[in-house]
Parts: sequence; structure tokens; C-alpha cells
Amino acid sequence: MIVVENKSAEDILKMVAPYKKILVAGCYGCVTVCLAGGEKEVGLLASQIRMAREKEGNPIEVLEQTVERQCDKEYLVNFQDKARDVEAIVSLACGIGIQYLAQVYEPIPVFPGVNTQFLGANLDVGVWEEYCMACGECVLDKTGGICPIARCSKSLLNGPCGGSQEGKCEVDKSVDCAWHLIYDRLKALGQLDKMAEYIPAKNWHRNEGPRKLVKEDLTLEQ
Amino acid sequence: MNNRKTEIKVGSNLEKVLASGQFCCTGEIGPVTYSSFDNIDKHAEEMRGKVDSVNFTDNQTAVVRLSSWAASLRLLQLGMEPNLQMVCRDRNRLAMQSDFLGAYAHGIRNVLCLTGDHQAFGNHPGCKGVFDLDSVQLIYMLKRLRDDGCFECGAECKVAPKFFIGCAENPFGDPFEFRPIRLEKKVNAGADFVQTQCILDMERFERFMELCVERGLHDRAYITAGIMPVKSPKMARYMQHGVPGMIVSEEFCQRLEKAEDAKAEAVQLSVEYINHCQEMKGVAGVHVMAVAWESIVPSVVEKAGLLPRPTF
Repeated sequence: MIVVENKSAEDILKMVAPYKKILVAGCYGCVTVCLAGGEKEVGLLASQIRMAREKEGNPIEVLEQTVERQCDKEYLVNFQDKARDVEAIVSLACGIGIQYLAQVYEPIPVFPGVNTQFLGANLDVGVWEEYCMACGECVLDKTGGICPIARCSKSLLNGPCGGSQEGKCEVDKSVDCAWHLIYDRLKALGQLDKMAEYIPAKNWHRNEGPRKLVKEDLTLEQ
Repeated sequence: MNNRKTEIKVGSNLEKVLASGQFCCTGEIGPVTYSSFDNIDKHAEEMRGKVDSVNFTDNQTAVVRLSSWAASLRLLQLGMEPNLQMVCRDRNRLAMQSDFLGAYAHGIRNVLCLTGDHQAFGNHPGCKGVFDLDSVQLIYMLKRLRDDGCFECGAECKVAPKFFIGCAENPFGDPFEFRPIRLEKKVNAGADFVQTQCILDMERFERFMELCVERGLHDRAYITAGIMPVKSPKMARYMQHGVPGMIVSEEFCQRLEKAEDAKAEAVQLSVEYINHCQEMKGVAGVHVMAVAWESIVPSVVEKAGLLPRPTF
């Protein structure tokens, strides 16, 4: 999932300082799962903003709404009744949702209520870790199902650097060395020969600007 | 002694020494964090005639320093032979190849290809680490430039730089059994010579060399052993616990701690390690890296009996 972290109430209050009526917009997708931008968090943030402004003697009206996915126009339209009525929107969706909401509801100012962190897995209650960098060319078949692009601090493709020791990364002893994990996994799979294979220089797929995927068979206009 | 005779590919002094079968000895200078050649000029004179070539580190420990490229050029101007270190952290393949064209045109002939310490260690920890290529891919890029006359993209390079290509390997990194395999990947990619991480645990290095010799790597590339004079017991302990990817044996630390004159003991340890490496199968020379203690190199080299250096 896309993992996000909430911005501080202080930062958000600065963004909405000029306004008297705003909407806090949530999303039932990834941000609900990572407990940062769902219905519950929308309610919490809305209350925080109201209370802070009340205390300042500068009350604000805060509407609340959460939709299925902010990265999908089909669901974004559900904000239209409330959006029409406010001066600004704070979105608790990931960076994708925030941008798409801003695009659809232009010229209403839309502010980020979260810092989008990474694509990660939920390892434990309250613990997420980056597992994918959406590099566009998956190498997991060569690396025992462990991604060196996302999980090696240097995104190396041909084995661990000299800083790998006792299974840990040179950056921090709390970080596993991805290539050590790969080595152990391939050994367990009886595929250690893959560690000796040369993986050539990667096409980082940054030559087309922002990446775009068009599935011709699914487009409506042929 | 290594009696291999190999066809000369590039003709650098370092390559000639190694190809002649003589035990090579290289030095290293860490450029300073300000805009001056003073330390290079000073240490170059100390090392003149004592080493076969001098490495210049490339923003080591991810701290901004005078560039390896500029430092190498300075050494050439002083009539000595540099070994240009290049890390993958700070440049993409365009910038690397561009620097190689310039370096070669100026007469630089040895290159050491490295991954580079992570930027988190340095003085700009929030910078974007490049790592467009890894060190194995960097070696392969240089080999294709030299042997096939083409850039990484496949396009022809009219006057291709022909470098004597070096790589590092860390016998003290993990997984240990993979280290010789990783070195083999580098040799397959085109590495001509190897400089190992500094040896402060001889037993582990011996096991590493045995695995390398089993794979025949010493017949395909010149493996040189990293030697580091460590001037204080405190520094040895720091490296034992605080530097990732290093193993410092308890014996090494204790000898420095128990010595009346730690600096003399440091030199003695380096000399013993060098002499031990001379007897080891597969070791073609030593690379003496006296970090922040460059002035000790001549004394270590002399006491180890490595003088005079061969001339061609």
C-alpha cells in the first residue's frame, strides 16, 4: 500500500489560517489502512482545527467527508456538494489523491494533510516498511522475491556492498541488508547460482517524463 | 612471488609492475576539504619513488573534498602516477563517462571503481545518492569503452579511454562466502586489478584468499592486499566497533594497546602484514592506505623491504 504519515496540526493550521470554511477530505484506500487518512482521522483533524481556532477566537467551519478513493474521478465527484461550499480543502489522501482532487476541483485551493512516505508492507501493528519503488522493471525473479531497488540503501543490483556486516546495512544497524536477505533466500531455494549472475545497468524509466500507462484494450476511445 | 606474465593492455606503471611479476606497492592520499593542493604536493614528495601509483579517494565517507579527478591531474603534473577512484554515489553514467574521457585525455591511466559509502555518513546526509550504476556495472562500462570502443549506450566512442581497471573487495563484509563470488563478478565484468579493504584480521583474509585461489581469480586479476597503519589503539578500537564492514582482530588492538610506542608498533604490524602477504598464494602486491597518516607510508614500505621500486 501507499504509506503516509500525518502532518502536524500546527502545519495544517498555518495552511488554513486565511479561511473560515474548509473541507477535510479523507480516503478509504491505503491511507485508511495505514491509519492516517480515513473517516476516523478526518474527524480527529477536523476537531483539532475547530478547537484550535475556537481558542484563538477565530472560529472556522470544518466539513468532513471521506470517499472510496481520491485517485479515481468516479469517487472524487462525490465531494462536489461540500466542495462547492468551502474556501479550501485539506486532503488526507496520498500525494496522488491530493493532486487529483486539486485538479478536479480547481480553482479551490487543496492542501496536503499528510506526507506520503513510500510503497510498503504492514509488518506489525503500527509498523510499515518500504518494499517497492515502482521502478517499472521488476527484478524479483532474479532476487529471490526480495527487492534490492527498494530495500538496499544503494539500490545495488549485483550483490551487497562492502558495508554489509552480520546481515545489517551500513546505514543503520536496525536496517537489514537486502542483499544478505536475498543471499539467504536464494540459498534456501537452492538457487545460489543466481547470485553469480551479472545484472546489467538498469533502465530507470525516467526517459519519458512522468510515466503513463495506456492499456489500449481497455480505453473507451479506439 | 607471482611470476605471471601478462599482455600489457594499457601500459600504466602499475600495470607494468604487476605484469612483470613483481610485488606491487601502491599508496593513497585523501584530498582535503578545501581548495588546495598543499597536502597532495607534500605527500606526493614523501611517496615519490616509494610506491608504484597513488590512489586519490573520491569524496570518501561522503564528505565533500577536492575531486579525485583534479587531485590525479595534479599528481601527473608532479610526474607521478595516479589511480583515480570513482564511486557510484555521486555521478550517473553520463557524468562518469564524461569524467573518464577527460581523465584519459589528460593522461590518467588507472581507475578504481567503487560503490561508495552511503551519503548518510557524510556532511550532506540529505542529498540524493545517485547509484545509477553499481560498481560491477561501472567496471563493465569501462571495459566496453576500452575494448569495444563504445559508450554504455552502445554508441561508438571515436577515441576511447583505455584504463587499467581496478576494483575493491571487502573480505570482511558479509555474507563471507559470497565475497569471492562478488569479486568473480567484478573480474568477469572486466576488473584487471583488485585492492582489498584494509586487513586488520589476517586470519579472515587468509580464508578469503584461499576461496579466491580456489576459483582461480588470482590468475585472472592482480589481487593486492589493503594495508593500513593504524596509529593509535583508540583508532583501532573505533574501527573495531564503529566502522561498518570492518573486522579488527583482538590481537591487532591489543598489540597497539600494550606497545610502549603505539606508532612504532603500528608500523611494525603493517610490515609484518606486508611480509605475510608476500608469502601468500595469489597476492600480487599491497595497497598501503594510511588514512590521515600518509607521511608514514615511506617508512612502512622501506621497513617491509619493498624498496627500491621497479622502473621501466
